Amino acid sequence: MYSIILSTASRYLLLLLLIFSVFLLLRGHNEPGGGFVGGLVAAAAYALYFIANGIEAAKTVLRFDPLRIIAAGLITAIASTLPSLVAGERFMTAFWIDTGIPFIGKVGTPLLFDLGIYFLVLGITLSIIFSLAEEDRS
Amino acid sequence: MFFSFLSRYPQIAAGEVIRESVPWVPSLGINASFLLDGLSLSFVLIISLIGAAVFLYAGAYMKKYAETGRFYVYIGIFMTSMLGLVLSDNMLLMFLFWELTGISSFLLIGFNHHKESSRKAALQALLVTGGGGLTLLSGIILLYQVTGSFEISSFYDMNGIITAHPLYPAIALLVLIGAFTKSAQFPFHFWLPNAMEAPTPVSAYLHSATMVKAGVYLIARMNHEIGGTPIWQDTVLLTGASTMIFSALLAFKQTDLKKLLAYSTLAVLGTLVMLLGIGSKLAIKAFFIYLIAHSLYKGTLFLVAGTLDHETGTRDVGMLGGLRKPMPLTAITAALASLSMMGVIPLVGFIGKETVYKAILELEYWGMFLVAAAVLANAFVVMVTLFVGFKPFWGKTIQTPRQPHEAPFKMLLGPALLAALGLLFGIFPDIFIASMLEQSAQSILSETLSLKISIWQGFNLVLLLSFVTLLLGGLFYLIRLTMSGQVVRMGMPAFMRPSAWYEAVLRGVLSFATIQTRFFQNGYLRNYIIVVIVTAVSLAFLAFYRSAEAVSVSPDFSITFYEGALAFIIVVATGLLINSRSRLKSIVALGVLGFSIGIVFVIYGAPDLGLTMFAIETLNVILFVLVLYKLPGFLKLSRSSNRGRDAVIAVSVGVLMTLTVLAASSFELSSGLKQYFAETSLPDGKGRNVVNVILVDFRAIDTLGEITVLAVAALGVVALLKLRADGGGR
Repeated sequence: MYSIILSTASRYLLLLLLIFSVFLLLRGHNEPGGGFVGGLVAAAAYALYFIANGIEAAKTVLRFDPLRIIAAGLITAIASTLPSLVAGERFMTAFWIDTGIPFIGKVGTPLLFDLGIYFLVLGITLSIIFSLAEEDRS
Repeated sequence: MFFSFLSRYPQIAAGEVIRESVPWVPSLGINASFLLDGLSLSFVLIISLIGAAVFLYAGAYMKKYAETGRFYVYIGIFMTSMLGLVLSDNMLLMFLFWELTGISSFLLIGFNHHKESSRKAALQALLVTGGGGLTLLSGIILLYQVTGSFEISSFYDMNGIITAHPLYPAIALLVLIGAFTKSAQFPFHFWLPNAMEAPTPVSAYLHSATMVKAGVYLIARMNHEIGGTPIWQDTVLLTGASTMIFSALLAFKQTDLKKLLAYSTLAVLGTLVMLLGIGSKLAIKAFFIYLIAHSLYKGTLFLVAGTLDHETGTRDVGMLGGLRKPMPLTAITAALASLSMMGVIPLVGFIGKETVYKAILELEYWGMFLVAAAVLANAFVVMVTLFVGFKPFWGKTIQTPRQPHEAPFKMLLGPALLAALGLLFGIFPDIFIASMLEQSAQSILSETLSLKISIWQGFNLVLLLSFVTLLLGGLFYLIRLTMSGQVVRMGMPAFMRPSAWYEAVLRGVLSFATIQTRFFQNGYLRNYIIVVIVTAVSLAFLAFYRSAEAVSVSPDFSITFYEGALAFIIVVATGLLINSRSRLKSIVALGVLGFSIGIVFVIYGAPDLGLTMFAIETLNVILFVLVLYKLPGFLKLSRSSNRGRDAVIAVSVGVLMTLTVLAASSFELSSGLKQYFAETSLPDGKGRNVVNVILVDFRAIDTLGEITVLAVAALGVVALLKLRADGGGR
């Protein structure tokens, strides 16, 4: 079932939803949001695109293999724990740098960790959806 | 290594105790603490000396085996763990090494893993000693509850406290069962003869000289701390004595060199345990002399048996004879060790046996009976020795499967050295063992003994007993020779043999496991879910029932318009979900349900949760739709009785959750966690969203674990789906 309205709309919606998801990720530390929800919203964005344009198009837009995104997320999360080890503090002690930029504010290892969660959740959801969809076609 | 420990000899002999401790898991009271005193030093010296001889010997012996590298690794692991066992001061550390010896023994017995009998014997040894290990662990934990410490040295003055405690009988029995299984005491003895499937150096090292002595060591080590009571002494005494006599009798029908030696080892282990059970000063003295003597001669004889096997191709005593001409050096070594084992002047075995008899004669109640038993058992040991140490070498030559010739140098040196030491210790006992003996005895009895050991003590009852033993042994030998054919068929009825009990238990466990697996894991996803839910619900209801009084339910029934509307939507959606005949409709209903619950979260001040819920519900619907494509048309598959059952389960889960929520809200949480997080979130976590700060900062390590699990789960899902797709599944 191909709908040209949905297909056209999904292109803009994808971008909007992705921006929204990053917004959720960044504000997560102070307001409702965070890496987990952000990742889910991003995944929903791609899922919408997939429903509108089909699996191949969705994959092209995503560019990366979802499994690689999972790995990248996990590595990012683990990397965020390393500064504490290097500094000789207790494992996973948070470090913050005040950038002074409005909307972003303080940046620190917890944000990096949240980013890792974001990618991981995105990767997991998409890998499951894509696998199901692929099996469906074959 | 032997020499390194030997250099400590003067220090220990002077009465010092060396103790080293490194904290390992301090929160559990586990320290890597080691203790070197007289008792452990004598074991360490035995282990390292015989170990050296065995390693040397194995260098030549193992040439015919494949994968010798593995063999050396296993035996190296064993040697390390055995040393660790006798040196540990911490009960849990000792238990760790204890299990490691069991595991390396398992690997070594099963070294010829292409033979079924090897595998079976290895498994048997592992299960029996492993089961004993579990009881030992329970004993150790109970002991910890009484004393509050795992350090053996800290129990030193606590004997009174421990033995008076109501848990004491349990502790004593559990520890003793552990020791008995390890040292192959009756009725757990059956694994040791079967363990002779292992390559001969292993039998010599693990199953005669060292590992089987671990149980004896444990009894000796704990004797001062938790011994000294009737229950301890009598159990030890009776078990030791019955092992001694039964295994000696069983040795009568064996024809295999190594099995003969195994049964005589059992008899000796029984004697050692019995001596600890007697527990007098003299008995402890006898214990040590006998321990050292036995390690020396039994190690030698096993190695000689291996040499015979290696050079002639058979281990059947009936097929060996007249080998002294082709193998003179082996013959001399065997003769020396055998004389020691039989207890002939002037070898160390003689002193051992003399002291054993003397120690038994001291006993008032059991003395005469036990002496008779000991003489009988020793007579059988003498018979075994005649078969192993003399028959293959003397008498008329018998054709063997392989042309015999003298063993290579490496295989001669080890046994010869051990045999010669037996002779040296026998002639000069004062120099070699006396001083260490005093310290060792002190570790067991905590009294200083001044022991005099001498080889000749004049004509007396004890000497007479020695002669009687030798004569009886010779007699048994002759009887056994004349009836060689019939003996093999002799045997006890199956129900009398503990090994048959073992088989029965093993079969029982296996069939129970099968039944249980069939019941719980029958491959229907539905049943798995039902089992899990029913179990959880019943347990939770039980908990509620127990604490029924504590829960005082006072719900607030005033509801707002939004709440009422939401509740209405939820109920309607649920009704639709249950009665729907189309899958798509069910999924939509489920989605409605999810979103309503998300709104509930928002209303009650959990926007994070609500947001997440919305996102998940959205994706859920997509996933369901994708799965839907593949399912066959919606049929009413379940019978109405099944539906009834499902309804009951579902309702009970619902009731339970309601109860839980009501109960949880009726308790005031006073843990202060909520307040702590709310207060420290901004200053320490640099964030106002408490939930998120908890997730990524305060409890970040939990989150890290969770996302790792998620990633692995995703990999699993993808793999499953891809597998189906590639395999051309439905």
